[in-house]
Amino acid sequence: MILKNSSRSNKPVGVIGIGSFGTAIANMLAEKSQVIVYARKADVVEEINARHTAGGRDLHPRIEATSDIEYICQKCEILFPVVSSSGFREVMQQFAPFLHPYHILIHGTKGLSLLLPDGKTLETVDRIKRDNIATMSEVILNETVVVRVGCLAGPNLAKELSLKQPAATVIASKYNEVILEGQRLLRNDRFQVYGNQDIIGVELSGVLKNIIAIAAGALGGMGLGENAKGLLISRGMVELIYLGKALGGGTKSFIGLAGIGDLVATCSSKLSRNYTVGFRLANGEKLPDIIADMEEVAEGINTVKLIKTFAESTGMRAPITENLYKVLFENFKVEEALQYLMKYPFNVDVDFL
Amino acid sequence: MTDDYIKHKYAPILPQKDEWPVVKLSKHRKEFIKAVALAARNRIIALTGNNMEILREELETTLYREKLRIKQNPWLVDPEDDYEFWSKVKSAMVHLTSESNLSNKDKKTAYHNILHDITTRYAEEIASNFKHSHYKATRRLVTYGFSRLLNAARVKGFKSLFSTQYTLQDKIQIIGETEQLRDLASKGTVVMVPTHFSNLDSILIGWTISTLGMPPYIYGAGLNLFNIQIFSYFMNALGAYKVDRRKKNLPYIETLKTYSSEAIQFGCHSLFFPGGTRSRSGKIESKLKLGLLSTAVEAQRANYQKDLNDISGKIFIVPVTINYHFVLEAPSLIQEHLSITGQERFYQETDEFSDSLKIAKFLVKFFTKGSDISVSIGKAMDVLGNYVDKDGKSLDSHGRNIDTRDYFVSDGKISIDTQREDQYTIRLGNRIVEEFHKINRVFSSHLVAFTAFQIFKRQNRKLDLFSLLRLPEEDLVIPYAQFRAECERVLNRIKEIRAAGKVHIAPHLKQDLDGIIAHGLSNVGLYHSKRPLILNDNGDIITEDMNLLYFYHNRLDGYDLEKLF
Repeated sequence: MILKNSSRSNKPVGVIGIGSFGTAIANMLAEKSQVIVYARKADVVEEINARHTAGGRDLHPRIEATSDIEYICQKCEILFPVVSSSGFREVMQQFAPFLHPYHILIHGTKGLSLLLPDGKTLETVDRIKRDNIATMSEVILNETVVVRVGCLAGPNLAKELSLKQPAATVIASKYNEVILEGQRLLRNDRFQVYGNQDIIGVELSGVLKNIIAIAAGALGGMGLGENAKGLLISRGMVELIYLGKALGGGTKSFIGLAGIGDLVATCSSKLSRNYTVGFRLANGEKLPDIIADMEEVAEGINTVKLIKTFAESTGMRAPITENLYKVLFENFKVEEALQYLMKYPFNVDVDFL
Repeated sequence: MTDDYIKHKYAPILPQKDEWPVVKLSKHRKEFIKAVALAARNRIIALTGNNMEILREELETTLYREKLRIKQNPWLVDPEDDYEFWSKVKSAMVHLTSESNLSNKDKKTAYHNILHDITTRYAEEIASNFKHSHYKATRRLVTYGFSRLLNAARVKGFKSLFSTQYTLQDKIQIIGETEQLRDLASKGTVVMVPTHFSNLDSILIGWTISTLGMPPYIYGAGLNLFNIQIFSYFMNALGAYKVDRRKKNLPYIETLKTYSSEAIQFGCHSLFFPGGTRSRSGKIESKLKLGLLSTAVEAQRANYQKDLNDISGKIFIVPVTINYHFVLEAPSLIQEHLSITGQERFYQETDEFSDSLKIAKFLVKFFTKGSDISVSIGKAMDVLGNYVDKDGKSLDSHGRNIDTRDYFVSDGKISIDTQREDQYTIRLGNRIVEEFHKINRVFSSHLVAFTAFQIFKRQNRKLDLFSLLRLPEEDLVIPYAQFRAECERVLNRIKEIRAAGKVHIAPHLKQDLDGIIAHGLSNVGLYHSKRPLILNDNGDIITEDMNLLYFYHNRLDGYDLEKLF
């Protein structure tokens, strides 16, 4: 039973971070609500408030920018953090003193955060456990007093959203209230919003599919066709589900919109950063060079590193991730990795249902 | 919390019994029952979505089950007019269905009235019957009787009859956040949540509460205990309300929850055994029953709705663990556990507490021989599982203040969202389990039982649990030197966990290793006819009862210690 107050007063909605996805979300929110955007840099704030653009991308005139954390937390009850996973924890630590248990946070970051004992890094630690890995919702719960946490995941390529093409997303949260609020704020006649209670599963779908997206880019870069892509997506799905279950997600979420839906979209599109990384690798470029001239981080790179270590620590086999790791960090050729995978004895088609 | 225990005399926090919430409640018993019945009625109407058809179905199910219960499972404590009451309900229901010229609105009202009759009856059945004079007499009897037994055993000679050298506090050590608990109990409302291993627990906790100078807590006791008149007297004296596990219908369960919630809102300190029943396996509870726990969350929200925003309206959750060397019911508990998990079709249910002679024997043994018990009081938390400071203010992990009220606020005001509160209850449950493991106190007996069982398991790596437990005891021998070395490894790991603040250890674990092992062996499952662990004539470690060894071993489950083997 949910007693919903339909007339939630029209408080502005907050967006934290104004990269390409943040911009797309802010614009969609602004169609229905007043929006306040948080940006760290003064010149970005200045650009938004004076010219209604962010990094050259157009912003809805109803969007106001600030670099004052206290102000945005006080004005907005609902906030959408959309910052990269590498900076996510720090941002949450900065926000924590101003957040209260009545706040609702719905994040849109598809990455993982590593939690190691002081002085350890991924390179110096020999094994990592589930406790050492945090999804973004877990980071929010760890660093702040906010409990009504949700996440946004699905095939949502920022460029297509900004062109107002039809799309859908999943809002996942343990709290119906959060799902309903997210739907109320985002849903419109070209944007469908689904709800899911398995927040960890939905977050992991978005995170793990990036690994497969890089691999798909590599196949594309080698000029391979659709048969190979079909093979990769389906084998990638199996790997994704095994890893995802080991990390605490539910199978159902992985075969939903945030899982298969997003996987198909990112594995076919040059608009995806992760796909682009794979594509350029296959064309012989080196990872540091690719990273150097990318505007925003490709979350998949970090995810591969983390998940490879996790799989090793738990004794799981994750052949696609393992081989991608070699390509990314051990100067393996994409062709060699592919050869290895073709020889790998996968013999059961589907064994996770 | 330190590991050491300090014997201490605590002054009562509310010297005047008239100030005791439980006394106030019993003075206003009638009004309180009325309030509960009405609130339960409204709650059930809301739960059925104010839909007459759904309500009618619930009422019919209830009626059917109640008639079945009266026929098949009557108890001595059941009221004499039970049959009569439900017959009346039946005829009222029949009358309503056949009545065709009533408007829908009138019909609805009629169903609501039937529901109200039922919740009123249930509320009366559940309500406690606290009498202060009985409470005083019981407390005196327990304290006096027990300390006589204790002194008789330890002080020699005629003087023993009058000696006050030993009190119950020597036998049962209370450690942990006692001052905070006393303090918060005088300012706000406390819900105590102890682990549950033995039927003795409720008496033990009752004694602990009174020793700490706090007014009695109310708690739900199984109605079956009220069948025995002497128990009934004690239970009433302790402020127990009655929980009838035979009744699983919606009106009953909701009335029970309403009762608990309203009593907390009234300011009565409450006691829930959140495991719901005694731990069958000997493990610390890891899955809690959330039904009663949810009433604490609900009561907190209700208090905020009433604008009780200061500490007087705040509810504090205090986890407690009870640590034993010996659990009287262990043989039947573990038997039941294994039968259930092993999917065996039949098992013998024997309850050591069914026999008063056995209880008496146990008590004499308990007070005259070694084997101590300790009660660890954990840090108080709010209903979301945040620790609270000395003023009862909630703190986040960085020590910043949190206003608990904000958890229930949506769009600037308190809102009722049961789905949200269910999630909060799950969260609270997880926090309680976490705290249980932290405040749990490792005894020498747990150490030796754990180590021995793990060695046996390693010796028979290929066997599953059930085959392992079925091995003939003659085959199970551990040379002392090996046992000693393994104990040392486990102990060192426990000390590391202790250093990280994730468990506590008894002071007797600070002596030398041989001393610890000797202490553990002499105490583990002390009074069982078949001992879980003993030294044989060659000085090697053997077991007489593998199931019992497994039971006592389980106490250290949940610390990842098995990874050492």
